Amino acid sequence: MNVSLSEKIPNNVNLSSDRKLQKALEAWLPNYIDWWRAMGPEGFQEDQIYLRTAISVEKGGWAHFDYVKMPDYRWGIFLAPPSGDNKIGFGDHLGKDVWATVPGEYRKELRRIIVTQADTEPASVEQQRLLGQTAPSLYDLRNLFQVNVEEGRHLWAMVYLLHSYFGRDGREEAEDLLIRRSGHTDSPRILEAFNKPILDWLAFFCFTMFMDRDGKYQLYALAESAFDPLARSTQFMITEEAHHMFVGDTGLQRVIRRTAELMKESPAENVRSRGGIPLDIIQKYINEWFTATLDLFGGDDSSNAATYFAQGLKGRYKESSSKRYLNHTAMDEIYSMDIPNSKGQMSSHEIPMRRAMNTVLQDAYIEDCEKSLTRWNKTLGDCGLSDQLTLPSRRFNRLQGVYSNHRFDMHGDLVSEEQWKKIRPDALPTTEDYEYVQSVMIPVLGPGKFANWIAPPKRGINSQALDFEYVRFERKN
Amino acid sequence: MAKHTKDPINFSFEAHPSTYRHIQMEVNGAVATLKLNIQEQSGMVDGYDLKLNSYDIGVDLELADAVNRLRFEHPEVGSVIITSALDGVFSSGANIFMLGSSSHAFKVNFCKFTNETRLSIEDATAFSGQTYIAALNGIASGGGYELPLACEEIYLVDDRRAAVSLPEVPYLGVLPGTGGLTRVVDKRKVRRDLADIFCTLAEGIKGKRAVKWGLVDAVFPPSKFNEAITERATALADGGHPDRKGVALEALNPTIDEEGIHYQHVKLLWDETPRTARLELTVPDDITALPEDAATVGCSWFPLQAFREMDDALLRLRFQHPEIGLVLLKTKGAIANVVRLDNEIMARQGHWFVREVLLLMKRVLKRLDMSAKSFFALIDEGSCFAGSLLELALAADRSYMLEEDGVQLAVSPLNGGLLPMGNGLTRLQTRFLNAPEHVDKVLSNTEPMEAIDAEDAGMVTTAYDGIGWEDELRLAIEERVSMSPDALTGMEANLRYAGPETMETKIFGRLTAWQNWIFQRPNTVGEKGALTLYGEPESAEFDFRRT
Repeated sequence: MNVSLSEKIPNNVNLSSDRKLQKALEAWLPNYIDWWRAMGPEGFQEDQIYLRTAISVEKGGWAHFDYVKMPDYRWGIFLAPPSGDNKIGFGDHLGKDVWATVPGEYRKELRRIIVTQADTEPASVEQQRLLGQTAPSLYDLRNLFQVNVEEGRHLWAMVYLLHSYFGRDGREEAEDLLIRRSGHTDSPRILEAFNKPILDWLAFFCFTMFMDRDGKYQLYALAESAFDPLARSTQFMITEEAHHMFVGDTGLQRVIRRTAELMKESPAENVRSRGGIPLDIIQKYINEWFTATLDLFGGDDSSNAATYFAQGLKGRYKESSSKRYLNHTAMDEIYSMDIPNSKGQMSSHEIPMRRAMNTVLQDAYIEDCEKSLTRWNKTLGDCGLSDQLTLPSRRFNRLQGVYSNHRFDMHGDLVSEEQWKKIRPDALPTTEDYEYVQSVMIPVLGPGKFANWIAPPKRGINSQALDFEYVRFERKN
Repeated sequence: MAKHTKDPINFSFEAHPSTYRHIQMEVNGAVATLKLNIQEQSGMVDGYDLKLNSYDIGVDLELADAVNRLRFEHPEVGSVIITSALDGVFSSGANIFMLGSSSHAFKVNFCKFTNETRLSIEDATAFSGQTYIAALNGIASGGGYELPLACEEIYLVDDRRAAVSLPEVPYLGVLPGTGGLTRVVDKRKVRRDLADIFCTLAEGIKGKRAVKWGLVDAVFPPSKFNEAITERATALADGGHPDRKGVALEALNPTIDEEGIHYQHVKLLWDETPRTARLELTVPDDITALPEDAATVGCSWFPLQAFREMDDALLRLRFQHPEIGLVLLKTKGAIANVVRLDNEIMARQGHWFVREVLLLMKRVLKRLDMSAKSFFALIDEGSCFAGSLLELALAADRSYMLEEDGVQLAVSPLNGGLLPMGNGLTRLQTRFLNAPEHVDKVLSNTEPMEAIDAEDAGMVTTAYDGIGWEDELRLAIEERVSMSPDALTGMEANLRYAGPETMETKIFGRLTAWQNWIFQRPNTVGEKGALTLYGEPESAEFDFRRT
């Protein structure tokens, strides 16, 4: 069993000699495969998919391409190689040695952070499990599955930490990760955003563009952690996460390009009558997903965030590798945010920097999103259109945090409940919008063929042609 | 960051369902539901938000009122569900920012009051035929789990997220001081080593393990939760008490002036001696006799009205008059009237309403026992310390009796066991712990006693004749109020509770006493203390030496 397990599981964590980890994984692995078969992509488990597998952390080792049936995918366990000086880069323990094991006094916080992060990984696979049936191309179908298996691997990365460093509690938490189900009434996923299914591909692209980008920033914050195994696990996950955002960013860009093409071809006609997705719907999807994702960062003014930073558990984006921050303790600094006061007017409010860490991370995230918007608007411009897409204000449509008790318009101005009701149908997708997008989601599964509502990508995966057979069906579709 | 203490002041202890802000009370036949829907922005003072169903004194006043009103106004109810209106959260306990910004005195009084409220829930379950069950539809942490602990049964939703926890020690460096530690081992009888893990496990325990350890009685998945709770509540209610017709409790609305606080039967007056107040109860000559259906006498029935007034006065004394150190207890009226009333109560105690009034009298007397003030009972001309009112003198730290014709005290059947203290004994039993047989002897003598006899029988501390009375009293009072208030509080709390320990005495004498010690320690409230830095960007630093 030992040999076969460490052969089956590509790793750089000495699995072959780690009896404790072997024992934990032996018990967990069959349940994981059962979970994948039950909750992984519906209807494609026996097909051969052209997937990337990480087999080592060496250069190029993380991108090994071949056909594989998804349940046979070799999910591995990798830590980024140790880098730098092995010193803690921020917080109250700044400059001290990083931790190779979990310090008892931070056990609960680290466990909570890891379990919350881990829970989103299988959750997103569950949310996306029906999308394969309406894929706009083989290329996109393959990308969906790549995202899915990598979310699976990210679950493994977190389960490795739970198994190796958290004793019996960790093993029980690892079990629970396979028992909770997205949207399940009795055992839902931890975060509410991960409990509603992704029903169309525009939503999928928004998910990978925005939600996975939140994931990226969470991973970057954890990549700074003083708990070295967590930092190095997440550092390696970030390389894979980049592909997910590529799928979202370019996916939306291709939808936008197709819409622009249709608008340009027949300016007098509504894009809908040509089977495209109108820009206003795209804008509404952006509004919805961008703001829902902001909620995932946690409270804008958060004592938990301050604690995590103080304790060295979660740092800022590129805390140690960039020159963004001069003061790595973030003490005696303030962060100023505009929030509504008791008179219902916006006023500037200063809080200690440490309590603003979620917002600081959001700032980096928003900056990043802006870049995609610029690219998409360039696409519109390239097609000769003057229309522009925008990111709404961070105050708009928030369900968590300091803005959640008030209504704001897209520009971040306070509006009354009455005004909000008027604005809403033009700012967020309506039932009719969802229904329309659903109606154009017709599967296109011939090699090199693309659905009418989306433009082909510029190039294929791993330098393959666009008409490459990214998915080989074992059954007739 | 400097902390400013900011206590709520001059608030009323009276509440009414029509003006509740935080609790939704629904009565549906035999089953009532109290739903916590705590309004974040409606804290008693500015400076904190009542997030995640966390509570402050304003919330607990409503809860105490609701429990009391269910007994009097909805006696038909047989079971009461306590649950939450929020998704995924039952309650996160006492608001930590509120505690952090409160003075020590307020924290102590807040704790005491919330403890009394939880005991009143257990009292209702035990004696009023209203069984409380907690339906934890989400996370219940700290005080949010201590409230369920006061219920007879606890049910937790099993959605793989909801947990019960007492995270005070690991998160805040304080204790779960609203009965939590005591009830876990004493009431639910959780094994002490498991309790040790539970009380240091910040994230708490969920699902089947919570059942296995005895922290909750059962778990149900969300899809079955409401149904299971309704079923259990209905079974416990067992049809309720449809024959009982409730009595509305009207507002007390005391008049407050420079002299003091004036109710219908009770007066709380500021004495000319510094730090001294007089609590006077006047018994009318024309106490309404109980009609055949006793409840139709209404809320103005003397003992109900008078003890509600006394309760309100005691709360005001505690929260709003910290400078008062000594309370002189006085009564006015005819002993015969009190004895007649007590005999009537005794004879009619089978009636739910009469029993409720008795239970209220018991709770108010316990509230007096628990108040951190010195009490001297003054038994002089025109006083009527008999039976139920004799309990006031027995509750006092000392009693002085004027040796003069007509000044008497008397026992009644109510001194024999219907008004026990928190230690489970009557005040007479506690008083005569060295001679238990003396209690029966005292009780068997139904004749009123004069001062000399009373002193001989150990019923009063000292008897003085008319010549010495004023001087002796002046000296005793002035001496008393000159002593350290802290030492007096500690001394009285020890001397008042001779005899056995009960869960109740452990909560007040052990749990909250330790809590009050911790509340004063640098590790809690020092510059780097856990409570001081809660929610601040800095981490607490402890002095790790054990004391």
